[in-house]
Amino acid sequence: MPDVLTTPAYRWVGHNPPRKESLEKVTGSAKYLDDLKFEGCLHGKTVRSTVPHGRIKKISFEPGVPWDEFTVVTARDIPGKNVVSLIELDQPFLADGLVRHMAEPVVLLAHPDKGMAEKAVKRVHIEYEELPAILTIEESLAGGNIQYGKDNIFKKYHIQKGDPESVWPKADVVIEGEYWTGPQEQLYIEPQGVVAVASPTGGVTVWGSMQCPFYVHKGLKPLFNLPDDRVRVIYTVTGGGFGGKEEYPTLPAGHAALLSWKAGGRPVKIVYDRMEDMWATTKRHPCKTRVKAAFTKDGKLLALKVDATMDGGAYVTLSTVVLSRGTLHAFGPYACDHVVIDTRAVFTNSPPYGAFRGFGAPQTIFPLELHLHRAACELGIEPHELRRRNLLHQGDRMATGQVMQEETGLEGLMWKAMDESKYLEKTKAYREHNRSSTRIKKGVALALFFHGAGFTGSGEVFLDSKAGLELTRDGAVRILSANTEIGQGSFTTHSQIVAEELRIPYEMVEVAVPDTAVVPNSGPTVASRTCMVVGELLRRAASDLKEVLVKSGALAGNGHTPSEFRAAAGKYLQRFGELKVYSKYKPPPDVSWDDKTYTGSAYAAYAWACYVADLEIDMATYQAQMKDFVAVQEVGRVIHPVIAAGQIEGGVAQAIGWALYEDVALKQGVMQNCQLTNYILPTTADTPPIRVFFYENPYQNGPFGAKGLGELPMDGPAPAIAAAVAFALGDRIIPRIPILPETILDAIS
Amino acid sequence: MSAPAEEKSSFVINGKSWSGAVHPLKRLLDTIREDVGLTGTKEGCGEGECGACTVFLDGQVVMSCMVPTCQAEGKQITTIEGLAENGRLHPMQESFAQEGGAQCGICTPGMIMAAVAYARDPGSAEDMREALAGNLCRCTGYIRIFEAVKKAMAK
Ligand code: FES
Ligand code: FES
Repeated sequence: MPDVLTTPAYRWVGHNPPRKESLEKVTGSAKYLDDLKFEGCLHGKTVRSTVPHGRIKKISFEPGVPWDEFTVVTARDIPGKNVVSLIELDQPFLADGLVRHMAEPVVLLAHPDKGMAEKAVKRVHIEYEELPAILTIEESLAGGNIQYGKDNIFKKYHIQKGDPESVWPKADVVIEGEYWTGPQEQLYIEPQGVVAVASPTGGVTVWGSMQCPFYVHKGLKPLFNLPDDRVRVIYTVTGGGFGGKEEYPTLPAGHAALLSWKAGGRPVKIVYDRMEDMWATTKRHPCKTRVKAAFTKDGKLLALKVDATMDGGAYVTLSTVVLSRGTLHAFGPYACDHVVIDTRAVFTNSPPYGAFRGFGAPQTIFPLELHLHRAACELGIEPHELRRRNLLHQGDRMATGQVMQEETGLEGLMWKAMDESKYLEKTKAYREHNRSSTRIKKGVALALFFHGAGFTGSGEVFLDSKAGLELTRDGAVRILSANTEIGQGSFTTHSQIVAEELRIPYEMVEVAVPDTAVVPNSGPTVASRTCMVVGELLRRAASDLKEVLVKSGALAGNGHTPSEFRAAAGKYLQRFGELKVYSKYKPPPDVSWDDKTYTGSAYAAYAWACYVADLEIDMATYQAQMKDFVAVQEVGRVIHPVIAAGQIEGGVAQAIGWALYEDVALKQGVMQNCQLTNYILPTTADTPPIRVFFYENPYQNGPFGAKGLGELPMDGPAPAIAAAVAFALGDRIIPRIPILPETILDAIS
Repeated sequence: MSAPAEEKSSFVINGKSWSGAVHPLKRLLDTIREDVGLTGTKEGCGEGECGACTVFLDGQVVMSCMVPTCQAEGKQITTIEGLAENGRLHPMQESFAQEGGAQCGICTPGMIMAAVAYARDPGSAEDMREALAGNLCRCTGYIRIFEAVKKAMAK
């Protein structure tokens, strides 16, 4: 049982009822996309570009293939607009004349026989006139080859507090460093998959593995020139997302629908195999960061300058918002009077980088935390003590000007993490050990960080989310929300919140399948917002639903048994036919954000954490191996301790992968090692004990005090691990991840 | 280019005899999912690396994406659908559900099969970590899976 430092005073919140969908999952009866059977289904395939930048000269279909049995779609067959509607309108569903990255979709094929469809892909030949490609951040910024706007820059942000330039000459110590975090594949175990049925008479219906049905809905309308009600998107049980099924599914959904449209409305299924999924879909943005920090001799942080550049790939997709979150996490939980943050996302001829758990924050937290470790080593101050001297406290201002209204509790989290990991004993013992042992070097180190929950200040206002509840025929309650269950347990935690508010058994709460024809748009399932933001909408809807029942006279106002609730619901339905109650997002009071100056309350709530990594390096193989991991965090009220701990453990393991194992080898801008044999995920043997502890400081605007937690565990492990590697190597900083054996060998030779 | 030729194939799956026409080299995974119609067995990689397709073939753990259907001729296959007996969950399924061993659930059928095999014969591997190292999970960090396996084995 995970450790939660609180006494739950509730019947459902804070308890561990069985997950809503666990029975189906453990018996194999849960129907994922590829498990669904559609009569007369065609198998769709995507023919993709094999150059990073080029003009399409000719598309030819090799003889000897019964092409008349195939449905073939190119950009010319698109009935509406050939553009993916996201933030900018720059990405086509199918390349038309010009390809801008490897693996870009050009031609679609469908055939009743899966094997035939697979084989035919290689029989379509596309000739290109190759154009010069931009393959690195440096080439993009060099200016010779401009492919986006005036300067290849998708977006820039600037945050300024005080004047760091005035501090450098006066400071005792100024430390600079450059850091690199590599791309990472989400590697959900269920690949991307969709089925579409589309025709001019019937409209478009798509089933799919996805996080955000309304993103797909928004993307399909212009593609077919159809109004809202002629496009329907239905979530199917989704085998992991981690951001990889946030914006990407719109593409295969559009592709399957285009094929079906051309095939006279026959269902078309597109399921990527692992290799295609790794080759063609989004990854975490690589990021290069320079950090400059000024200190007094005794470790007071006087000024901080962070300059970060993310590689966005060939289309804007979500890069501008990923960059925004990276920018807003670049300064960490520290009080500092002089801060300047400059960030940019740039164009390259790589497949677009996209959403991935943490959404830009891990990329800027890594350099800052590792830089502080480096500074501690150079200043001769213990790393935890350097942090302690600079922690953000109540009343302090963040770089954005946001004043901390309450104590962050970070110092307590840090001591708890140090205590649980035996940090102080270990630092002593490992130093001793490393002096005498040449074969095995040991390291232990920590990282402190926060993660802003929900969209940025103004983001939630623009989303304008709506969620609701309805009474069912048998007197239970059904949740109406577009938020998807992708493994994070949202169906369960939402049900707990509703049950708690209505004072009915958890079993009396059902969850409607997220289907755009049935549920309101409660916003995307991203940004650690599902529990905190949507959960609160549902809690308010529950409170309103109860009030309606009481006002109608069906329910007594002063408490009820489950059967009284059922009876009241029955009575109400008999009289009025149905009851649906919706609630809409209201920004919490005193949260304001200015997008122009990037000042204000960037996030309404933050989760705070201190993580400790403990590892060994075998100096014969240079492999770093995790030994222990302690994750202490404050995430507001923990709705379901087992699910919450599972989120933290899974996030930590994924971050261990990013830090030590997962190397996306790029060539011509695209991943080369597209197999699980050569892209290494942490297995049971590589994952250490992960010990999770929660502190609860209930957040007044979250449901029963909950904040977000899903992304937090992606933020802290990499810098803690890199610092522990530095410790093991005698304070030698390796400023880049992943830290592979060859990275260590390079660094020490 | 044309669809490959099929031959008669028969085996016993979850205690029931099955026979049908399939290409002898068709992956057992596809035969189970498409021809037998049991979709609990999943495909995560198709190259023997993730374990999502784990089933028992004559009691032995195999990755069904790596096994041609002809190798199952006349043999006994057990899939996740065959674990529950008389409508009662296998203890391993029960503890995965209780301990949070399944998050997105896509690795779960394969993971449970590997865990059941280990629980049956703990001497088959150095420890639980070793025994489950062929089954990838991207969601859990494995911690709740270990808890689930320990709990089921203690029953
Ligand atoms: S699908 Fe068989 S091992 Fe991955
Ligand atoms: S539960 Fe999602 S991959 Fe294991």
